[in-house]
Amino acid sequence: MIAGPMGIVTSAILLLFLSVLLASLLKSHQRLVINVSFVTASAASLLGIAGGVWAVGGGFTNKLILPLGLPDLPFHVRIDPLAGFFITVICLLSFFVSVYSIGYIKGYLGRRPVTRLVIFYNLFLAGMLMVVLADDALFFLVSWELMAAASYFLVMFEDERIENRRAAFLYMIVAHVGAIAILLSFGVMAGLTTGFESFNGYTFDAMRQAEIPVKWATAAFLLAFFGFAAKAGVVPLHVWLPDAHPVAPSNVSALMSGVMLKTAIYGMVRVTFDLIGTYPWWWGAIVLIFGLISAVMGVLYALMQHDLKRLLAYHSVENIGIILIGLGLSMIFTSFNMPMLAALALIAGLYHTMNHAVFKGLLFMGAGAVLHATGERNMEEMGGLIHRMPWTAALFLIGCVSISALPPFNGFVSEWLTFQAFLLSPALPSPLLKLLIPLGAALLALTGALAAACFVKAFGVTFLGHWRGHHMPRVHEADWFMRSGMILAALTCLVLGVLPTFFIDWMDIIPEQLVGTKISTSSGVYGWLWLAPVGRERASYSGAIVFMGILLVVVAVYIVLHVKPGTIHRVPIWDCGFSKLNQRMQYNATAFSMPIRRIFGFLFNIREKVKLTPRGLYAAVPKRLNYYLRIRDRFWGWFYRPVVDICFWVSRRVGRLQQGRIQAYLIYSFITIIVLLVFSR
Amino acid sequence: MEFLQIAVLLGIAPAFTGWVRMLKCWSQGRTSAGLFQPYRDIIKLFSKDVVLADNASWIFRFTPYLVFGTVVLAGGIIPMLSLELPIASAADVIVLVGLFAIARFFTALAGMDIGTAFGGMGSSREMTIASLAEPAMLMAIFTVSLASKSTSLSQMVHVVYSGQSVLRPSLAFALFAFILIALAETGRIPVDNPATHLELTMIHEAMILEYSGRHLALIEWANMMKLFLFVMLGAAVFAPWGIAQTGDLTVIIAAFLIMLLKLAVVGIVLVIIETGLAKMRIFRLTEFLGSAFLLATLGMLSYFILE
Repeated sequence: MIAGPMGIVTSAILLLFLSVLLASLLKSHQRLVINVSFVTASAASLLGIAGGVWAVGGGFTNKLILPLGLPDLPFHVRIDPLAGFFITVICLLSFFVSVYSIGYIKGYLGRRPVTRLVIFYNLFLAGMLMVVLADDALFFLVSWELMAAASYFLVMFEDERIENRRAAFLYMIVAHVGAIAILLSFGVMAGLTTGFESFNGYTFDAMRQAEIPVKWATAAFLLAFFGFAAKAGVVPLHVWLPDAHPVAPSNVSALMSGVMLKTAIYGMVRVTFDLIGTYPWWWGAIVLIFGLISAVMGVLYALMQHDLKRLLAYHSVENIGIILIGLGLSMIFTSFNMPMLAALALIAGLYHTMNHAVFKGLLFMGAGAVLHATGERNMEEMGGLIHRMPWTAALFLIGCVSISALPPFNGFVSEWLTFQAFLLSPALPSPLLKLLIPLGAALLALTGALAAACFVKAFGVTFLGHWRGHHMPRVHEADWFMRSGMILAALTCLVLGVLPTFFIDWMDIIPEQLVGTKISTSSGVYGWLWLAPVGRERASYSGAIVFMGILLVVVAVYIVLHVKPGTIHRVPIWDCGFSKLNQRMQYNATAFSMPIRRIFGFLFNIREKVKLTPRGLYAAVPKRLNYYLRIRDRFWGWFYRPVVDICFWVSRRVGRLQQGRIQAYLIYSFITIIVLLVFSR
Repeated sequence: MEFLQIAVLLGIAPAFTGWVRMLKCWSQGRTSAGLFQPYRDIIKLFSKDVVLADNASWIFRFTPYLVFGTVVLAGGIIPMLSLELPIASAADVIVLVGLFAIARFFTALAGMDIGTAFGGMGSSREMTIASLAEPAMLMAIFTVSLASKSTSLSQMVHVVYSGQSVLRPSLAFALFAFILIALAETGRIPVDNPATHLELTMIHEAMILEYSGRHLALIEWANMMKLFLFVMLGAAVFAPWGIAQTGDLTVIIAAFLIMLLKLAVVGIVLVIIETGLAKMRIFRLTEFLGSAFLLATLGMLSYFILE
């Protein structure tokens, strides 16, 4: 039997497959299927967390050759600290989401069979774990496809709606274009490792040892970056993401946004830092630039949304951008041989990977609870839910604070680390980079501030004020399974934010293996309290003290002011004597983002129309006012529309071959055979 | 030492606001209510009952305490009197910006809580301005931190003390940028008018329009402290002379007097700016904050080119 972290993670995967089996056997008892499968999935996730934490903490590297796969091409698996870290991230979120799903999926009971959802959910989890474990190109791509296909069926779950089918189709296409690029990238690397005659180069070990010429390595890197960027939703390859993520069931959206995108980050780190190893600085610059573009564009598009889940999906684009900023900086520092700074930037990127998984999972679970309770995704129709759903509101608020990078929650820690990495860039020898990289810090600051604006909007419009729709549905609070999934995620957000040194100490072995040095996380007495990655006098941050300080003052002030029990009078809203105030007069999502739309409007394709119907002669008192607003992604028109048009044009041309007559087809075969005989003797 | 600083912050901040208002009255030919009017306002508000709208949630009631808490904590971090702040290394300048951001985040939420049009309008505008001001603010601070090679405030002050106090062009640019941003962040003319309650022009006041009683007192007090802290932040970064490096009592008293002097001067400058300029249209603010950003960037460039 296999022991160690590898054994644990393998058994977690087997448990997920067992869960698939059980789900298909118990098909006729829907409620039982949900309980059994999601409990099994949670157990498997816990196992995975144990294995992952152990692998990183102990610094293990276990390898194994499975007796599976093609003849002479067995599957290789390997667990090392990098893989262990991503396994921990995946399993952490999938544990929360699996607990949540027990409650959430019951909402489908009586409406549609859920067996398919349960089966593909488990396959999806197994696929993600296998991607991270894979140690050869073949197994990697097989797992990658398993993950993509399973998530395709999950996106298609509610397939009666046309936009769901369209989103799933678009997702499938982009995923496969990306997969082809990854395949080609591995092909380049494997081919240069052992020559194109033998197949032995397909293992990652062989690629690691090979000396690939820079020209070919660049080709391999660009292909891999394209492929993984398509999966991660990097601008301009992001168009599928805001379509596909919102239409999936919310627990699946949480996993797709929270961790599936991270497998692409894993792939980038694996290929550049581990398999290729040495590279020129401009690779890092490419990653950094795409990261910055994604971060800023992601958050600006998010601000324009009024569909809660779509807004969250665009924020995934933004956060993937922030992660890429960390990775890009790390690559630049590595290529200038500054391992210390590279380690800091890499830790910043990876820590944000973990943080984003947790808070984005939390936010999607919250959005799912709202959807479950109101049946509504459009924020313009919501409002005042904090009174009906106090738990969900409080937990969603924690997610909002975390993603807006406000101290003392976790989003702030990784953003702070990224800023520190930016501020160390003047140590670079190249004057051009010295000048340009700090501007990136300003863009990151812009992103953070816009994210805060966006989440004031998301939380404020959804949970505060009055209900904006015409009919208030019967809203109910999320059940205890959903609540506990969200509570666990919220607590994790706080712990990751308040005590970052523990986690950074734990994952410090990853930069040690990949870029050659650790960062010093702490210094002096009570070192665990202070996060000082470069040195105490350079910069330090203590989430715990900030948290305790705020808490202390708030509690003290509260007590001082409540020594004498003051009175609170509840009165109706003051309407300035207007007395016709209604809930449609509140600021809504479109109104909230209007100033930002005016300022950054040139980045979008906006069409705005106002139509006034005058009341008789009195133009000043209109009878009706119609407001029409359409905001489109410019990238669709720039990149995708031409590609789609070309595809249609080519297929129409090629379609002429299709005569429908057997004689014509026989002639085609005949010509083909002649041509082959002539050219391939 | 932190407690002393916080006590000074709590005590002096209303007087500074009173000083600014007094100067403003004089400069506009009005009779002023005196230096101590803000204290009387706060005491009056504390003794009043709270009137809450029916649908106000816990966020609305929690926000004043949180805003007050973050500002007080910031007061323990910015070196006002002395550099000997043990807790100050819990937070550097970036965290400080983050602390102000939390206060703003929750104030904006509270503005949307009641569901009136004013509250939403204030929140929307405030978040827009903040999202433009924050990058400029960080650029200005980064320019300064390039020279001191640190984002820790006490370290920045140390570096200025340790003899490199030559006038740097990069610092001059950063100072200009900082002044513009501080005007925006503390809601002064030409960005926002702290004295107005006219519906179309108010930003910060619109968010807190529904507050009353002790809640309003906390928010008003926190606002006064925020103005005070921005002055102190600017003083610590650009003109730290006088801040005590030891815990000696006489030195600290001297530091206190110098601080009062700085406040008096800044008050005069602020009043000159406020009476000399008119409030801008909200969509002109992009240019205003954009120029702050450009100035900060120029500062950074001049650091690399000239120094």
